[in-house]
Amino acid sequence: MSNEENNKEIKGLLKTAIAPLKDPELRRDLWPQMLQKLSQQPARVPWFDWALAAILSAVLLLFPGAIPALLYHL
Amino acid sequence: MELLERFAAGDLEAFEALFRQHQKEVYFWIVRIVRDSGIAEDLTVETFWRIYRARDRFHPAGNFRAWARRIATNAALDHLRTTRCEIELPEDLASAGAADPAVRRETREQIQQAFFQLPAKYRLVATLALIEEEPYDKIAEAVGISAALVKVRVFRGVRILRKKLNSLGAEVGAK
Repeated sequence: MSNEENNKEIKGLLKTAIAPLKDPELRRDLWPQMLQKLSQQPARVPWFDWALAAILSAVLLLFPGAIPALLYHL
Repeated sequence: MELLERFAAGDLEAFEALFRQHQKEVYFWIVRIVRDSGIAEDLTVETFWRIYRARDRFHPAGNFRAWARRIATNAALDHLRTTRCEIELPEDLASAGAADPAVRRETREQIQQAFFQLPAKYRLVATLALIEEEPYDKIAEAVGISAALVKVRVFRGVRILRKKLNSLGAEVGAK
């Protein structure tokens, strides 16, 4: 049996079990759901905040003695 | 400034306009892959969320419709991968199952069972090519592969399906 015939036979079988969806209607406007999803987006941390955190971590690692001074000033 | 340029620049109103223009088409594409209206609605929103997040990478001179279809296909494929072993009949298929009353119910159920057990990438192309009869070129563009590879996947999907049907005891012709 050739590939074409093979596909044709399976296509026929499939369609007896799973009919094509002709005109599936979208039942409602999805924009409100979209807005809700957009508002749930986690706030982005600006790059300079990450840079500040990295610098602070580096300083504390290089100069552990600065930790008490930092805690004192917090 | 054109709508697509405004969208690419992050204008929410432009995004809303694009959403309203294309939501039906995106939903229509997805529902034919996942075959469940509720899941298709959620995946339509997920698709546009991905579109909005990727707006920086969209070229305003490009084809928004084709880009949206590609993202929708990926979202639908991700869904199929997570629900691969689910063999319960989705609501939209329940009515579609009455397509040919001459075919015995047991045989239909066996075909559905075998079909839903196909690996996601084969199920996706088989659904679009064999059931929905979409052209290979259109499927290729949506999946992001060549038309030749779509044909290969359809062929492999059919082969797996045939084996599964035979193992389930359904009468299928030559191998």
